[in-house]
Amino acid sequence: MELLYAITVGMLTASSVFLILRGRSFPIVIGITMLSYAVNLFLFSTGRLVINEVPIIGASSNPTDPLPQALVLTAIVIGFAMTAYSIILAVRVRGELGSDEVNDPNYEENEGQR
Amino acid sequence: MLSQHLIILPIVIPLFAALLQLLPWGEHPQRARRIIGLTSCVLLIVVAIAMLVSTFAGPSVYALGSWQAPFGIVLVADRLAATMVLLTTVLALPVLIFASHGEDNLGSHFQSLYQFQLLGIIGAFLTGDLFNLFVFFEVLLISSYALLMHGGGKLKLRATLHYVILNLAGSALFLISLGVIYGITGTLNIADLAQKVALLSGDDAFILRGGGMLLLIVFGLKAALLPLYFWLPQAYANTTGSVAALFAIMTKVGVYAILRVFTIVFGEDGGAVALLGYDWLWWLGLLTLAAGGIGVLGSRDLRLLIAYLVVMSVGTMLTTFSMNTERAISAVMYYLMHSTFITACLFLLADVIAEQRGKTATRIVKGRQLAQHSTLGILFFAAAIAVIGMPPLSGFIGKLFILEAARTGAQVALLWPIVLGTTFLVMIALSRAGSRMFWHVLEGKPGDVKHPWTQLSAIVFLVGCSIALTLFAQPLAELTEQIAYDLMNPSYYIDAVLGQPGGSHE
Repeated sequence: MELLYAITVGMLTASSVFLILRGRSFPIVIGITMLSYAVNLFLFSTGRLVINEVPIIGASSNPTDPLPQALVLTAIVIGFAMTAYSIILAVRVRGELGSDEVNDPNYEENEGQR
Repeated sequence: MLSQHLIILPIVIPLFAALLQLLPWGEHPQRARRIIGLTSCVLLIVVAIAMLVSTFAGPSVYALGSWQAPFGIVLVADRLAATMVLLTTVLALPVLIFASHGEDNLGSHFQSLYQFQLLGIIGAFLTGDLFNLFVFFEVLLISSYALLMHGGGKLKLRATLHYVILNLAGSALFLISLGVIYGITGTLNIADLAQKVALLSGDDAFILRGGGMLLLIVFGLKAALLPLYFWLPQAYANTTGSVAALFAIMTKVGVYAILRVFTIVFGEDGGAVALLGYDWLWWLGLLTLAAGGIGVLGSRDLRLLIAYLVVMSVGTMLTTFSMNTERAISAVMYYLMHSTFITACLFLLADVIAEQRGKTATRIVKGRQLAQHSTLGILFFAAAIAVIGMPPLSGFIGKLFILEAARTGAQVALLWPIVLGTTFLVMIALSRAGSRMFWHVLEGKPGDVKHPWTQLSAIVFLVGCSIALTLFAQPLAELTEQIAYDLMNPSYYIDAVLGQPGGSHE
């Protein structure tokens, strides 16, 4: 189970890094979203992977850790808000600048014009 | 009763102020919102002073919901945190006064975003828990995303997009490092972490080193350390003056986080992870300083120039911090106060200059004479002297402390020439900017845009802060030495958080 879990997190992270390094805003937003999934899974595993146990000390010989679950919950909420914001921002940039390139292709020409 | 809940007040006041400001306020909503915002800022200063005074008796610990550390979340106000909160509030008031003269009308909800921003910054200073630090970072980031776009415009939009994407990636890294640290130590409370970390050895210590370095990357991104500072000049140079001035404290949040975590958790008592990342901070800080100096010299726009000054100040502070002596940390604290006030002052000044010059804005070229030529000229002159580090203002004293802190041969051989060399570059750049903008003006009648005295008083106040830092350098140096002593002896902080349940209320 640990191996499968680790491969999943690793694949998600690798794909998200690839997407974040793209030059257009949409793949980057998708990449950021995938990265937050990977991070959430990773955080979840920091309490060690335990199946079918309650988070109460004494109730079982190998209780699961409740804290990472609370952390993940917080991280999910924050990540969700951030994703929503970045999508709106990307759409706005596409609308106002007429291009979804993250870097200004004409930067050299415009320099000094500010 | 009230003194017991003093620590939570600086977080609750801006929260409620922001919520109140969101209500529909009838015919003139902005007037009501401004009054609420200014009241909140004044209250915050009073509370921050009371908190700083109370910390001289020892750090106070506030267990939220009365769940004791290390299981519950605690807020801790020691001298460092209280000083940072006071610094934030003293900066926030003049900047808000400045913004309330029309700049807050450029977009909706500026006033409440401003309070949320303060909430996040102050929360980050007061929390005693790493995960809570992440949460407060997110609070301050999400309001900063919106504030950075305040007023709209294409350049702002693109700078904001870069800033948002970088910080989202940074938040993910922050969570990964928290996961690593929690997985190894089983705690995220800073004081508890310091005790657990000292006992680690072997593989655990090795993995924790990885987690700690990730944390350094995240804080370095917030503070704008060398490979991670490229977002800063564009973001700060394109946003409005008051937002940029408030953001003068934002890089200091990153510096504060490094000061806090890397002295208490990864300090000298850290066992197998002691002094993690200090040599990186030394070299990257020096390179940041040098890169900032080159940026200052190469800027063709006053705002960009000031943004590079922010980068330089971060480099100076982190290099000095990495020397890891009481004298060095004390120097960092003094320089931190000075650079916060003076860069904020310069950003506001650049905004006024841009409006009065009209078309040429802040580009460093010949332009129209300003309507309030001599007043602005004198203010710019005073601020420039302070930021360069020439006597008699606070920059000189700050740099003197820093140069004095370098003791060994290698430190002197690298720090002195780079600090003094970049000081020289800043002097050249600012004298060029000042003489182009104030002396080489076009013939003809001066511009007709004037700023009211109440708005300019914000800038005068910030210059006054620099003068006050100079006049009261001795008592302030005593305070910063105390802070440095606390940081170099982490048991002081750890005992306060874990030692006495219920906090230290004498």
